[in-house]
Amino acid sequence: MSLRRILAVFRKEVIQISRDVRSLLIIFAIPLFLLFIYGYAVNLDVKHIPLCVYDRDGSQQSQDLLKAFQSTEYFNIVYLARDYPDVVTHVDNGTCIAAAVIPPRFSEDLRNGGTTTVQALLDASDSNSASIGLGYAQSIVAAYSSRVQLDWAAQRGAAPPVPPLDVRARTWFNEDLESMANIVPGVVALVMAVVGAFLTSLTIAREWERGTLEQLISTPVAPLEIQIGKLIPYFVIGMADTAVCAVASVRWFGVPFRGSWVVMFGCSALFLTVVLSLGYFISVTTKSQLGASQVAMLATFLPTFLLSGFIFPIDQMPVVVQVIARLLPACYFVEILRSVFLKGTPVTMILTQITALAIYASVLVALATRAFHKRLE
Amino acid sequence: MKFLQALRRIHCMLVKEFIQTFRDPHTRFTLFGPPIIQMLVFGYAATLEVNHVHFAVLDRDNTQESREYISRLSGSRYFTLDKYVRRPEELRAGIDRGTILLAVQIDSGFSQDLRGGRGGRVQVIVDSANSNTALVGLGYVTQISSQFAQDYQRDHMQRSDPQMADMVPQVELVDRPWFNENFTSRWYFVPGVIGNVMLVMVMILTAFAVVREREIGTLEQVMVTPIRRWEFILGKTLPFFLIGMFDAGMISFVGTLWFGVPFRGSVTVLAVGTTIFLLSSLGVGLLISTISHTQQQAMVSAFFFIMPASILSGFGTPISSMPPFFQKLTYLDPLRYYMIILRSVYLKGVGFRVLWPELVCMAVFSFALLTISILRFHKSID
Repeated sequence: MSLRRILAVFRKEVIQISRDVRSLLIIFAIPLFLLFIYGYAVNLDVKHIPLCVYDRDGSQQSQDLLKAFQSTEYFNIVYLARDYPDVVTHVDNGTCIAAAVIPPRFSEDLRNGGTTTVQALLDASDSNSASIGLGYAQSIVAAYSSRVQLDWAAQRGAAPPVPPLDVRARTWFNEDLESMANIVPGVVALVMAVVGAFLTSLTIAREWERGTLEQLISTPVAPLEIQIGKLIPYFVIGMADTAVCAVASVRWFGVPFRGSWVVMFGCSALFLTVVLSLGYFISVTTKSQLGASQVAMLATFLPTFLLSGFIFPIDQMPVVVQVIARLLPACYFVEILRSVFLKGTPVTMILTQITALAIYASVLVALATRAFHKRLE
Repeated sequence: MKFLQALRRIHCMLVKEFIQTFRDPHTRFTLFGPPIIQMLVFGYAATLEVNHVHFAVLDRDNTQESREYISRLSGSRYFTLDKYVRRPEELRAGIDRGTILLAVQIDSGFSQDLRGGRGGRVQVIVDSANSNTALVGLGYVTQISSQFAQDYQRDHMQRSDPQMADMVPQVELVDRPWFNENFTSRWYFVPGVIGNVMLVMVMILTAFAVVREREIGTLEQVMVTPIRRWEFILGKTLPFFLIGMFDAGMISFVGTLWFGVPFRGSVTVLAVGTTIFLLSSLGVGLLISTISHTQQQAMVSAFFFIMPASILSGFGTPISSMPPFFQKLTYLDPLRYYMIILRSVYLKGVGFRVLWPELVCMAVFSFALLTISILRFHKSID
């Protein structure tokens, strides 16, 4: 192994990357762009659900209940329906996601005592928003119901009914339950996957396609030297992107950072090694840029996005998929990111994850080295 | 006669493209492998449902009431009781280590408060690193708790004054979830995958097909042939349009037969929507090919289109939750309209009468994108 030859390959790669100014600009824009899009637009908090109302009673009481809906930030009354088919039309065409139907004898039933029902129709095709919205609707109606009971008891001079359970919830790590604080750290992992998938996967395949690999093979440079020389520029880019991403998430988005920066960057380096080696391996074996980019997308980007627990919790997947997810390096990296950003747990608690990443990194580096042969078939 | 010649030239181009696409086994795989794999991974992994959340309990009251409350929690399908602990530190350690997501602490005096009519107090700690799971989980806790309190109150009154108990007014919410009665996450995501795959596949294939010829230098050879610009574009894009339609059919079958997502609408509506959408994907792909010299540039540019297009389409997260500015941006995203069509046809079963605005918007985008890219496409090098 010769440092001079590594440097020669490294210089060649750097020149090649820097000549393509547009790609270079884009490479540095990617982290900010992803942060911006994910930080602002990926929001699982359910607020301002467009609500359609069909008040068949039209009394003071029914108006009170509807006001309770309107006064929360969870529902916006956008339409007052005249009849039932009207409700159906508006839920069908998507103007309203939920509809509240108040029965014709609502106030009368309330006066007579006993149980009165209010109907909530929901467009549950977006199952998550629908079930969260239903939860809100239930608490609004429950609150209204206990208010009615209190009034009733006060009028009669009877003993007030037992107040409902007082559930004091404390949320740890992400106190305001903001999905931004959950998603933004995950973008760090996504950015690395992108660098691995979209840039590295093309590096050897491009030389194959253009025929320049033949020239490279005829030089005395060894496979490992090519690998190191070619990957270092992408490694530097990836680390720079990570730094930009991490700083922006703390400074711009106000995501807490409670762990150690050393752990964060050390683990990022490990994960970056994993995705770069994987990208390189794919590039060497597929030999076509189209194929390499598609496979790299499946092997790095998709698992980092879907199987890492970044948005979709791993515990909720079918058991087989859980096993697969835990076999992939991305899920360990996301756990580490959560720990350093939100949880601030001591390093000793994430040693397993760090070790797993280290093992993946060394295995993949070895695999990538072995796959490259200095031969044209 | 002229038309026949044009047809012949397009035919030649088509044959060349199909040979080129199907010759390479890797490329063959990329045509049909990734869509299926994406469908399977999304179908299995993309779930926002919250079930069987592991929790631990510190019960300092240890009375019939507190045990009844805990069994209400652990008896629901949303929660699984992991263990009883003795000290609060154990709750904290469990959450830190990630073995449990939820900790419930009931202090002594819970049952006395309940019996005395003061309302019992329960403390809940939830790991909210994943805010959605925490939010949904807490919602279930609240729901179960209020049900518990209501039942307790009814029991209480029934015993003390049965006549009065029937008189107490009460409002209940009856929910009627439409289209997806069991709130299955998969029903929401699977139709969306079709849209995503269509966008990515067709766009990248088109962009790469043109740019590859430019990069390798064979575009020059095509340019010296008598083929005209629009014939070249048609011959280049038609294969990917056909492959796209085939893939759409294939993954729709997987979605319906394998994942059991209901298909309640008409195939015609879906086919019309898919055709119009594919045209807009082709347009974007061509546009990218006119501004890219290398495949790497094409890849990176495509990425810059795919990312926002996919996120703003409402594929993973509801558009109504986005900030107002982003909500306006979504109207510029052709995928947004296709998502609505996909989900409406699959789950709601509505037809042209409801979906025509989306179809018209998509058609406008397809027309504009194709026109711009064809005008920008020159039969010359550079």
